[in-house]
Amino acid sequence: MSDSTTITTKTPEETKQEVEKSNKNMMLNVGPSHPAMHGVIQISVELEGEVIRKADIEIGYLHRAFEKHSESGTYTQVFPYTDRLNYVSPAINNFGYAGAVEKLMGLEIPERCKYIRVIMSEIARVADHLTCIGASAMELGAFSVFLYMMKAREWLYELTENVTGARITISYGRIGGVKADLPKEFTEQCRQALKKTREVLEEVDGLLTRNRIFMDRMRGVGVISAEDAISFGITGPFLRSTGVAYDVRKAWPYLVYDRMNFDVPVGTTGDNFDRYLVRMEEMQQSMRIIEQALDQIPEGPTNIDHEGRVIEPDLMADLGKFGKTAGLLKNETLLEPTLEGTGKRVHLQIRANDKDAWIPPKEQVYSNIEALMNHFKIIMLGHGIRPPKGEVYNMVEGGNGELGFYIVSDGTDRPWRVRCNGPCMRPMAALAGIITGGQMADIIATFGSVNMIAGELDR
Amino acid sequence: MPEAEWSKTLKKIQEQFGDRVIEMHAQLGQDTVVVSKAAIFELARFLRDDPDLKYNYLMDLTAVDHFTRKPRFEVVYHFLSLEYNARVRVKVPVGESDPEVESLTPLWKIANWLERETWDMFGIKFKNHPDLRRLLLYPEFQGHPLRKDYPVTKRQPLVGPKDPQA
Repeated sequence: MSDSTTITTKTPEETKQEVEKSNKNMMLNVGPSHPAMHGVIQISVELEGEVIRKADIEIGYLHRAFEKHSESGTYTQVFPYTDRLNYVSPAINNFGYAGAVEKLMGLEIPERCKYIRVIMSEIARVADHLTCIGASAMELGAFSVFLYMMKAREWLYELTENVTGARITISYGRIGGVKADLPKEFTEQCRQALKKTREVLEEVDGLLTRNRIFMDRMRGVGVISAEDAISFGITGPFLRSTGVAYDVRKAWPYLVYDRMNFDVPVGTTGDNFDRYLVRMEEMQQSMRIIEQALDQIPEGPTNIDHEGRVIEPDLMADLGKFGKTAGLLKNETLLEPTLEGTGKRVHLQIRANDKDAWIPPKEQVYSNIEALMNHFKIIMLGHGIRPPKGEVYNMVEGGNGELGFYIVSDGTDRPWRVRCNGPCMRPMAALAGIITGGQMADIIATFGSVNMIAGELDR
Repeated sequence: MPEAEWSKTLKKIQEQFGDRVIEMHAQLGQDTVVVSKAAIFELARFLRDDPDLKYNYLMDLTAVDHFTRKPRFEVVYHFLSLEYNARVRVKVPVGESDPEVESLTPLWKIANWLERETWDMFGIKFKNHPDLRRLLLYPEFQGHPLRKDYPVTKRQPLVGPKDPQA
C-alpha cells in the first residue's frame, strides 16, 4: 500500500519538521460570507492554534452611498434613506435627521408630536435590543431565546405597522412632524404589547442571566476599558458597560426626555456579560418611558367639525368645488387610506404649523387654493423646504449610542452635505484590539455584543 | 455675536490661538471655530488636555466640499467633553492643490478610521497617519465619490476574483 511506503520513508527528523511547519500561524478569513458576520464583515485573523494573534476588520460591503444620494434629492427625500441606516430601529434615524433640519430652520414641533416621537423611538430601541440579544444568544447556541425575542419584536413591529404602515422601512418622520397620528386604539395595544414583552424578558432572564454556559461564554470576554472606549469614541450600551453613564437622552435632552423618569444602567467590567445586562435593563427603562409618555401625551383635536359632524374627505372636496370654503381650513377629517395611506387623522398637533415645512392634509389640498399652493411650494422641484444657509449637528440616542447628523445647507432645497455619524463604527474600529489575544470562538460572542448594523456602519 | 457672550471654550481658544483663528461663531448655539491648517493638531491636543475644557471625545471627523469656494475643502471636527457636557466644532480649510492635514491618530484611536473614511470619500490626506487605506470602498475604486465633481451616475470598473495566493 502506498500509505505504508510513505510512513517508512520518513525519518523522525523529517516528521518533526513537518509538524513544526504545520504549527505555524494560520491566516483565516471570517466572512464576509459567514452567517455570524451577517454577510457584510470580513475579519482576517492570524491564529496560533485557537488564539488570535492579529486581526484586521474589513468593512464597506454594504456601502450604498447614503451621503452622496442625500445630496441629489430634496430634504424630504432623505427620509427613506435614513430608514435604511439602522434598519432595526428606523424611527430613531428618522427623527434624528428630522431634528437636525428642524434645528437648522428653527422649527418648533407640537407637543403631541414630541410625545409620538418619544414613544416610537423607545419602541424602536426595545426592538433593537431584542434583536441584538436574541441574535447573539442564538449564535452562542441558545436558539429558543432567539425565537422568544423575535416573537416579542414582532409585537412591537405590529405596533409600528399600525402607526406607520410598515414594519421596517417606515419613513414616518417628516420635517416639522410625523406622517400621521397614532391610531385610536394605540394606547391599549401598546400597553398590551409591553406587558407581553415584559413576560418574554422575564423568561429570557431566567434562561440566560444565571445560565452557566452563557455566563462562561460572556463573562470576562471582550473586555474594553473606559479609557479605550472613550478614545475610540464609543457611546451607547457599549460605553455604559464600562461604567461611564453617558446617555444623550440625559446629557443633552431632546424632545420631552427631560420630563421622563428613567435610569441609565451602567456596568462595571466592560465585558460581554455587562453589555448583555445593560441592554436588558435598558429595555425595562424604555418601557417605563413609553408608559409615562402614554400617560402624559396631550390629546389632539378630534376629527369633527365645529358642529360635531365627521367630515369625510370627498364631502370636503365637493364643498370646495362649489366654493363653500369658508371655515374649511379649520376642519379636521378622517383620512381615507387612498389619501394618506393608513386611514389616520392629520392635524396641527402632529405637524409644525409653519408653511415653510408643513404639507397640508390632502383633503385640504383638494378643496382649497391656499393649501394647494402650499403643497405646490413644498413639493415642486426648485421650491421645496429651504433651510437658511448654515450648518448644524443634531444628535439623538440611537439603539447603539449617539447618532449624529451634520447637515450643511446652502439655502437651496437640497442639502449641500448630509453626514451621518453612526454609533456602530466606533466599536467596530475597536473590535480588532478587543478580540486579539482571545479565543477564535469568542469572536462570535464579542461581535454579537457590538450589535453591528451594516446599514449604518457602511452607509 | 459679541465677544462677551462667547462660551468658555471659545474664549479659551481665542486666548491661546488668537492669531491662528480665522473665524468664530456660535450659530444655533453650536460653538464653531475655523482655524488654519497648521494649528489643528495643537488645538486638538489643547482641547483634550486643558483641565478647564477636557474635550475627551472626538465625536466626528468629516469633510465638506465647497467646490466653488476657495479653499475648496473643509475638514470638520466635532469634539465632546463628557465632564463639562460641552461640544465644539472645529473646521479647517484645505486647498485643492495640497489636500493634507495633520492626523489626530496620536490623540484619539478612532481618528484612524474616521481619517481613512475622509481620505476614501474626499481624497484628503492625513499626515503621519499609520495606515491610510480606503475604508468603505475597495482599493481599485477610482476617484473620491463625495467630491462634488464626482458624478452620481459614474460607473466603476468591475474587479474580478482575486488570486488568494498573491
